[in-house]
Amino acid sequence: MSVLVYTENWDGKFKKLSYEMVSLASAIAKQMGITVTALSIGHVADDELKSLGKYGANKVLNVQDNRFESLDNKALADAVAKAASKEGAKVIILAHNNEGKAIAPRVSVKLNAGLVSGVIGTPLSVNPFVVRKKVFTQKAFANIQIKSDIRVLTFAQNSFEIVENNVDTAVEVYDPQIADGEFNTKVLDTHKITGKVLLSDAEIVVSGGRGMKGPENWGGLEELGELLGAGMACSRPVSDEGWRSHEEHVGQTGKMIAPNLYLAFGISGAIQHLGGVSSSKVIVAVNKDPEAPIFEAADYGIVGDAFKVIPQLIEAVKEMKTA
Amino acid sequence: MNFDFTEEQLMIQQAARDYAQRELIQDVLEREEKAEFPARHVKNLAELGFLGMMVSPEYDGAGMDSVSYVLALQEIAKVDASVAVIMSVNNSLVCYGLQRFANEEQKQKYLKPLARGEVIGAFLLSEPEAGSDATHQHAVAEDKGDYYLLNGTKNWITNASSASVYIVMAQTHPDKKSRGINAFIVDKNTPGITLGPHENKMGMRSSDTHSVMFSDVKVPKENRIGEDGFGFKFAMMVLEAGRIGIASQALGIATGAFERALAYSQERKAFGTEIFNHQSVAFKLSDMAVKIENARNLCLKAAWLKDNHQSITVAGAMAKQYAADIAMEVTTEAVQIHGGYGYVKEYHVERLMREAKLTQIYEGTSEIQKIIISRSLIKE
Amino acid sequence: MKILVLISNVPDTTTKIRFTGDNKSFDTNGVQWIINPWDELALTRAMELKEAGAFETITVANVGTQITESTLRKALAVGADEAIRVDAVPQDAFFVASQLAKVAEGYDVILAGIEASDYNGAGVGGMLAELLGINSVSAVSGLEIENGALKVHRDIDGGSQVLSVPTPVVLIVQKGIAIEPRIPAMRGIMMARKKPLNVIAPVDAESKTEFLGFELPAPKAACKMVEEDNAKELIRLLHEEAKVL
Repeated sequence: MSVLVYTENWDGKFKKLSYEMVSLASAIAKQMGITVTALSIGHVADDELKSLGKYGANKVLNVQDNRFESLDNKALADAVAKAASKEGAKVIILAHNNEGKAIAPRVSVKLNAGLVSGVIGTPLSVNPFVVRKKVFTQKAFANIQIKSDIRVLTFAQNSFEIVENNVDTAVEVYDPQIADGEFNTKVLDTHKITGKVLLSDAEIVVSGGRGMKGPENWGGLEELGELLGAGMACSRPVSDEGWRSHEEHVGQTGKMIAPNLYLAFGISGAIQHLGGVSSSKVIVAVNKDPEAPIFEAADYGIVGDAFKVIPQLIEAVKEMKTA
Repeated sequence: MNFDFTEEQLMIQQAARDYAQRELIQDVLEREEKAEFPARHVKNLAELGFLGMMVSPEYDGAGMDSVSYVLALQEIAKVDASVAVIMSVNNSLVCYGLQRFANEEQKQKYLKPLARGEVIGAFLLSEPEAGSDATHQHAVAEDKGDYYLLNGTKNWITNASSASVYIVMAQTHPDKKSRGINAFIVDKNTPGITLGPHENKMGMRSSDTHSVMFSDVKVPKENRIGEDGFGFKFAMMVLEAGRIGIASQALGIATGAFERALAYSQERKAFGTEIFNHQSVAFKLSDMAVKIENARNLCLKAAWLKDNHQSITVAGAMAKQYAADIAMEVTTEAVQIHGGYGYVKEYHVERLMREAKLTQIYEGTSEIQKIIISRSLIKE
Repeated sequence: MKILVLISNVPDTTTKIRFTGDNKSFDTNGVQWIINPWDELALTRAMELKEAGAFETITVANVGTQITESTLRKALAVGADEAIRVDAVPQDAFFVASQLAKVAEGYDVILAGIEASDYNGAGVGGMLAELLGINSVSAVSGLEIENGALKVHRDIDGGSQVLSVPTPVVLIVQKGIAIEPRIPAMRGIMMARKKPLNVIAPVDAESKTEFLGFELPAPKAACKMVEEDNAKELIRLLHEEAKVL
């Protein structure tokens, strides 16, 4: 019996969240007295696969099958469910992101398992199996019991610290034997943003709102973002106006993010915006309006003109880096 | 008694609210500053059916009741009273007047496009020397056999330059006094019509108000509304119904200011606590809430009477006078609650206060409404 | 082609969240209900496609008690042609998906919002596809239909893709699928009353999860303010005090 983790990689490396999930799985496995199996689909080098052992993976299933590159939801779910059955998985953990959200519900039906999405941290108890998540778009927490014997969780990024926990790890090449007919999604075109920090994986996010007055004023923000190695984000009006691409829109109807540091410039902080960012560990707000609701949610704030503040911040970060 | 709204009424209210909170709010301050006519919004509202709300579907209207109309206007006016007055004039003066009193040909030709909101209308009654007292019309419409020759000046005309269709009141038989007045449908592009400059108003700045001059304007005979001499009665009956529109607009202005003040009072801190926790502020808000509730009930009652084909002479006057007066009071208090912020434009309440003032003046001043109400008190 | 849009009935997004009965259930007192924002965008896109001739009719479906009918009526007012309500208290995503599986057969395209803004379950669409044994695509931010063939845009980490996928399919949509939800026109509101809203009985299905209780987040400490002219201090605080730099 095991806890199965559906890991994700990017350019041949595991994403940070994969380590978070393996750490979490390891904590759950200990509580339940079972082992951890990580499932890796795609091209990841052996050393990198083995690195999961550092966080507690007893076994890594290495699936090398280019057909999965189309991210066919049905075929992927099939593969995960087969791996879960093979490993006698009692708990299956996926990320609460585009990929995890696409697969988890299908996996849960296949395994006759209960699903909870967006789980934060470790279960409150494993018998009964009770987990915690945010509901009402970040406005409250709920404790939910999963009543089935097998449980599927999608894990809210940044809600569990990576813990080192060296174990011996066995890498096993695995072929879930999915028939060609199961792959029905055909990719016609892929547009990948390269060289940029992934917003969903970013530890620091720099974000601009309507207060930035126009797309021509993003230069300072981008410079700051680059210095900090940050992902770039924006509020809804900004993406609605077409100042920035909608991939950058964070908020209740855009992307939900949970970085360590969220820096908001010229964003008033409508409740729908806060819904998407309030899981950030530290929120910084710069806004001209002292009454802007963003200051209610922020940990640090400056009442003032973003255009005056940004150059100072850029300078200070440069100084900090050279110090 | 039943205070419940129907599902449709609530949906219309929500639709108006969505449009106002999503669209009107975006550029209301800018339009107001520039005194710019909200052409885009009028077109959108027309497509949604808000410009001919109560016209029957037979003439391309939405066939809604007056209660829905009150709810919709309130939501629009909460955000933008200029748009509300454009709506109100088109719906409750122009469309209502034509639907009720125009003949079939006139309805086909004029009411249909107005109800669809493809064109908008204006109502031309006030004159430089006859605002509240409409019995003395200086504008004349001389009967020339197969047409009338229109001469004179009309003042304070809402939609004057944006409208395509004018409803004009003018004197045909001076000896008959008010019984000699006629109402005409006039195409705005008829030769002889010129507009005065855009009035630079204190509030409702993005509704376009002008004086309109008629100089030997030929109006075809078939454009007279009703029998010869029906004009004054027509105007009075239309204005009576129109009061519900302006009352709802005033109610909306008051509600908009109240909601902003209430929200602000729960955000703004003074002496270590949100100012709502200071009784002086909380009691102000309590008084405002009661006034708004009263005004709303008066508006809805008048609308209900109209929908049930009962007289709204007194109910409409009460609603108009009361809603306008409390709009002035409530907006003034809303500015006070906002303190210094209330006096700057970004916070909207000073604008609402300026807008409220006009509701006490146009389509019958508060004093005129009181004349109507007081006279009714001693009637048998 | 036939299209089905799944509609979830949720509290208005500005609702103040409160719980009752020992924090065991959500306090629905005075709550204004709306169409789940993502479902509303899905419906908007369905309307656009219908106007372009891809579909003849749009069906919407919901699992809920009578209180959800005004939300379905709104969908009809916006432009859906018929509505189905499975008369049951929604218990969890699996329960809801099991109900919908009974009404979703025979549709070529099924649109579901990425999640509902109340319990943020993000489960129904995928479960429904699995129960029906059909394809699904999640994180869909665009949909075009030409001669009956689907072109689906989906967001992936760090980018986006254009896919072709055979029908029947469940598309789980998010922001981008349509620009802005439609406001119902008055004509639509009047017509909504005359459109069919069919209430059907639920099937037996077990729920696999159960809410034990809710909690509101602890109040946040006050925001620490830094002067505009001294913005460098902010970087020092983030570095030395918050330790996030």
